[in-house]
Amino acid sequence: MTVAGSWRKWLSLEAGLLLFAVLYPLVPFVDLAADAADLSVHLDQRLVTIFIYGLLVVALNVQVGYAGLLQLGVAAFFGIGAMTTGVVTVDKYPFHFGFWGALLAAPAVAALAGLFIGAPTLRLRGDYLAIVTLGFGEVLRTVLVNLESITDGPRGLNPVAEVWVPGFVRELAGAGDDNEARLLVMYYVALLLLVAAVVLLHVLERTRIGRAFVALREDELAAACMGLDPGRIKLAAFAGGAALAGLAGALYATNLTTTADPTNYDFNNAIMVLCCLILGGLGSLRGALLGAALLIGFDNVLSPLLDKAIAALAGDAQHPLAKYSAWRWFVFGSALIAMMRYRPEGLFPARRVAQELHEPPAGSTAAVEPS
Amino acid sequence: MFETIAQQLLLGLTNGMVFALVALGYTMVYGILEFINFAHGDVFMLSAFFALTLVGAWGVPGLDGATLAGVLLAIVALTTVFGAGVNWSVDRLVYKPLRKAPKLAPLVSAIGVSFVLQNVGLVWGAAKMEVFGGGGQPAAPKSFPALLPTTNLLGGSSLTLQVKDVLVIAASLTVMAGLYVLVTRTKLGKAMRATAQDPQTARLMGIDVDAVIGATFLIGGGLAGFAAVVYALYINTVYYQMGYQNGLYAFTAAVVGGIGNIPGAVLGGLLLGLVRALSDQFIGAQWQPAVLFGILILILVFRPAGLLGSTAREKV
Repeated sequence: MTVAGSWRKWLSLEAGLLLFAVLYPLVPFVDLAADAADLSVHLDQRLVTIFIYGLLVVALNVQVGYAGLLQLGVAAFFGIGAMTTGVVTVDKYPFHFGFWGALLAAPAVAALAGLFIGAPTLRLRGDYLAIVTLGFGEVLRTVLVNLESITDGPRGLNPVAEVWVPGFVRELAGAGDDNEARLLVMYYVALLLLVAAVVLLHVLERTRIGRAFVALREDELAAACMGLDPGRIKLAAFAGGAALAGLAGALYATNLTTTADPTNYDFNNAIMVLCCLILGGLGSLRGALLGAALLIGFDNVLSPLLDKAIAALAGDAQHPLAKYSAWRWFVFGSALIAMMRYRPEGLFPARRVAQELHEPPAGSTAAVEPS
Repeated sequence: MFETIAQQLLLGLTNGMVFALVALGYTMVYGILEFINFAHGDVFMLSAFFALTLVGAWGVPGLDGATLAGVLLAIVALTTVFGAGVNWSVDRLVYKPLRKAPKLAPLVSAIGVSFVLQNVGLVWGAAKMEVFGGGGQPAAPKSFPALLPTTNLLGGSSLTLQVKDVLVIAASLTVMAGLYVLVTRTKLGKAMRATAQDPQTARLMGIDVDAVIGATFLIGGGLAGFAAVVYALYINTVYYQMGYQNGLYAFTAAVVGGIGNIPGAVLGGLLLGLVRALSDQFIGAQWQPAVLFGILILILVFRPAGLLGSTAREKV
């Protein structure tokens, strides 16, 4: 398929969503309607979160989707990016790199961490890699929580450098309303970086290295026989994904203006990102994006509204379990189970992954043959 | 100093017994299916909730003497059956349809099951019973009544060896001995070992591999149920997330001993219990996850086969 042909496929749904995302802050009709109905939705702010998680899901897709390296520690690299942003920008430390410096430093440090943890562990068998990355995430979280003198514990390092706001935007937003201008710029910076990452990865899928990732996922032995070096290629995928996750972390910390409580970077978060990827479709860029939009959108936009509606209905007699958040993990867990059972390739699958998941090569992984 | 260490070693030994019992469930399933049953720790957690429910329903804290002993035995037996039943049902409903699928599918499903079971635990925590604190705060830890005698067997010594320590260690050793006999001396055990070695050949020899896998989940779940009662009686706190961390520690124990290796799981469990007790004492309890998962990472990187396991290559 030519590059031009492959772009044509994208023009339908994605172009519409992109257009919506680009134009939304100019005409925030959902928020205007919500304000009129006396609901606080703040879709413009929630969308920033969705963009950041979209970047994170795309990052995980490089490792799990393309290269088939099941890792459960993506939240750790996210956290490393956020912490790096904190360290290089807050007053407490002597670096003061500012926003742009942090955008470079965070992915660099996260990539180094990826190399550091990946180099000794990527040769391990698949399920061991999952456990090692899970363990790494837990170790990192424990360290961040306990080294309070360095990380400022649950409050997080703050204030993190604000996003750079060009003068004309400040004027556009009206004098004295810096916060509004900051939110607007944050929105477009996050969107721009997400789009840039997606374009980059779309191109990468068609380069030597991108194809090498997929070849390795499909059959490591055959790929090695064709002269690929599995160790180096896996490491490249792992470090590349880690760098993107670190970038997402930098945006996250900048958006919150703090590195936040380290428990934000725990296993549950890693699973949430994995959920998005599996729901959307492993190895599929549009799947990763739509998975993030659906799941994070549901979790961040719809579920607070749902909870509010239930609380309004129940009044004072609300049972502690009568809220969505008490059933959240039930929903995510069941979604994972159902997807694996009925549609392991996800809602918006990559063609090749779908084939792999439905017709495993003979004798590949299943220890037990069908009876 | 010496006494502190001795006391911590004793604590570690008792904790290690629980780890070992849970680790056995991981290792037996892995030995046969090459599958990390992520939800195993949560079967352990639900079993503890089940035991607490029985304690509340039967008004156990008011009993004493022979009645108490009898009721406790009944709780142990029923919870073992409960754990076995849950584990077996999960396998039949969720994992079994995925036996032919690529490895990713059952692993991700198991993560899903783990979250579903945790949510069940959260909901169970809202039970309107006195032992659950009235159910007003589902997520809060519930205290499990201290039912085992705490008399110090060492009388005047400053070292304490309570009756409950001895009971926990003796009961765990008995169960492990029973498992050893089952695996090495019975026909089912032979079938399990054969299936672990080579499922296809085992099938050709007339072994019902599906039944063997079912039995493995039953036994593993039973061990987790038994361990849950032991843990609850010993630690006296249960909460809906206890399965996640204890399960991962137990999995670490299985890996340390050599995953798939039954004596290895026991050895790994005991070692991990000892390390945890010493690190809590000398490094600080808040560093516990870092120390134990650090060990897990080091073992997997430098000796992936564990202490007793033989070097296993991934089946290509």
